[in-house]
Amino acid sequence: MSKTPEKQPGDPKTTGHVWDGLEEFDNPMPRWWLWTFYATIIWGVIYTILYPAWPLVNSATAGILGWSTRANVAAEIAAVEEANAAINDKLASVELASIQGDAELNSYAVSAGSAVFKTWCAQCHGSGAAGAKGYPNLLDDDWLWGGDIESIHYTITHGIRNEDSDEARYSEMPAFGRDELLTEEEIDQVVNYVMSLSGEPRDAGAVEAGSVIYADNCAACHGEDATGDREQGAPNLSDAIWLFGGDYDSLTETVTNSRYGVMPAWNTRLTEAQIRAVATYVHQLGGGE
Amino acid sequence: MSDSNPAPSLYAPREPIFPRRVSGKFRNLKWVIMAVTLGIYYLTPWIRWDRGPSLPDQAVLLDMANRRFYFFWIEIWPHEFYFVAGLLIMAGLGLFLFTSALGRVWCGYACPQTVWTDLFILVERWIEGDRNARLRLHRQKKLDFRKARLRLTKWAVWLLIGLATGGAWVFYFADAPTLARDLVTGNAHPIAYTTMLLLTGTTFFFGGFAREQICIYACPWPRIQAAMMDEDTLVVGYREWRGEPRGKGKRTPDSQLGDCIDCMACVNVCPVGIDIRDGQQLECITCALCIDACDDMMAKIGKPRGLIDYMALSDEENERAGRPPKSVWKHILRPRTILYTSLWSLVGLGLLFALFIRPDIDLTVAPVRNPTYVTLSDGSIRNTYDVRLRNKHGEERPFQLSVKGDPSMRIQIEGSPDDKVTVPADTAHLTRVYIEAPKGAPPSSAASTPVRIWVEDLKSGERAYKDTTFNGRGN
Repeated sequence: MSKTPEKQPGDPKTTGHVWDGLEEFDNPMPRWWLWTFYATIIWGVIYTILYPAWPLVNSATAGILGWSTRANVAAEIAAVEEANAAINDKLASVELASIQGDAELNSYAVSAGSAVFKTWCAQCHGSGAAGAKGYPNLLDDDWLWGGDIESIHYTITHGIRNEDSDEARYSEMPAFGRDELLTEEEIDQVVNYVMSLSGEPRDAGAVEAGSVIYADNCAACHGEDATGDREQGAPNLSDAIWLFGGDYDSLTETVTNSRYGVMPAWNTRLTEAQIRAVATYVHQLGGGE
Repeated sequence: MSDSNPAPSLYAPREPIFPRRVSGKFRNLKWVIMAVTLGIYYLTPWIRWDRGPSLPDQAVLLDMANRRFYFFWIEIWPHEFYFVAGLLIMAGLGLFLFTSALGRVWCGYACPQTVWTDLFILVERWIEGDRNARLRLHRQKKLDFRKARLRLTKWAVWLLIGLATGGAWVFYFADAPTLARDLVTGNAHPIAYTTMLLLTGTTFFFGGFAREQICIYACPWPRIQAAMMDEDTLVVGYREWRGEPRGKGKRTPDSQLGDCIDCMACVNVCPVGIDIRDGQQLECITCALCIDACDDMMAKIGKPRGLIDYMALSDEENERAGRPPKSVWKHILRPRTILYTSLWSLVGLGLLFALFIRPDIDLTVAPVRNPTYVTLSDGSIRNTYDVRLRNKHGEERPFQLSVKGDPSMRIQIEGSPDDKVTVPADTAHLTRVYIEAPKGAPPSSAASTPVRIWVEDLKSGERAYKDTTFNGRGN
């Protein structure tokens, strides 16, 4: 084992390279291997004729089959749309309230709605639907314009305070400070009162005075008990949820200059099936009524 | 390079090989192994196994569409794929073990390439005759009726075997009787036909024409096996100290000839076309047919068997000196093989253990982190969890969910008023679960609180849980 055996006649040829007693055989390759190699060359030539292959300055050769990944994607999308056509028709035509009772339709609507939401809604409401300042959180149990499936559907269809739709939800809070309806002191008092509604300890005198101002100026929309009015999109001021912030500065800003949140009407961009899908999706996020 | 020779050809045509028929104990062993392995391969998809009305009744089934692997009483779901990984590790270690103990025993006896080639050679011999007849047929240049008939018959039988091979393969992926009917009536899925066509073609080509070239040129195993073999590995070898100098003719006291009568029996039976007397070679798949051939010859000339035999290289010195070789068991039982066996058993026991402690109820809990928590109107804090319940039973099961942690916490299921969820038979069901803590309670003010979500089968009372966390305001 330790010594290299003597060369004998008939031993395979070597390349002459020797390293540490190891020699490299110079065996011929199998001929079929050569044919396989030629076959791959022919295959390669045919392939570059049939398919996009050679890079040019601004594009590449198209190949005589006209194959392209973009066309494939378009075909796949068309195929999926065709496959979903029946269930989309059904989704767009059944009673709105019956969607959630139909397990298959509901499952489709939630999945499709999730995709619609992430494409069109997530920019303002967030990908997790948690909202942001001025953009409502859709996960909680507080709704400005109503949280049943019909109300959500209406809000998405027509939007809020936009100029696209005559049927958009509309209301406008007066800018009590800017338009000099209330003095700064009165605003301070009413803000103190509103904060006290959520159980915040505030100065008793200011709260007392604020309650009077509230009854005269705010109760018409926000209600005597400050629980809001969904007919007008007037927020509930007695709960723990604040769209534009519940601290003193934010509330002072709100009362002084008012707020004017806008949502587009989606019937101009989405199909009825898509609107219903996203309404169903939003409804099942945890706050649906 | 030598100057006297003309430039060598860069490419060589394949040397045709016509293995002669041989009989003996290794040949018989190989017949048995061939029958058993082919039997397992062809028959397994047809074994039935009752799993109830909603599940397939095929004992071994890779159900790709529903992502299930059925193996008799075992059902593997995609999240348990580690079982397959474990089996592959065991297969690898098993190959190490067998190679370090017995050389290329896998190649020689059990590899599909060997088994099918053996079967194809059997067919060839049955139709065209033994080695000499096949050689004559090969050398006959003229394609007369007889040659054409023999060739076509042989190829037809090969094709049928290939078709059966491809056919059996697809039965592992769908209900065999249904698929067989569909295949015959032309209603099966195009993938089934394509797979069959492909496997028929490869079987026909690999078993009929490529044969040993697959082992020599295509297979990586011969290249790495050397790393697993050592001087104690039992390999097929030639006792040249006993056989040489070889020569034909009568042995007389002064002829000096060894036991090898140079009858070429060992070469003629070799399916890879080598002469084992040249020593260890890359091509040798240790099929042991040369041992049978030589033993047969030694019996005829009245010499002891084993001129060509399984032996370990470490015995050479002893045998040359006339001492007996080490026993087979001493070669096989050595630290290396014991280590491989232990590792193999360890992985196997681990898998068995994992198999038996698999829970019947399986749940995963993924806390929704976008957002981490939601404030509700009354100031309470809500966390959302995606709970996936897996029902591995053949019937639907009602589950009750509950939460354990701070006593103030409540659990709710989206779309279900009573904290119950029914999971259909043999499915995984995704449920959105809410846990709420009232305003001011410790979990809503703490940054995070550990919670445990329990699930209970309302029928059987089985329970399982997953630990997760509840996020509060953190102030």
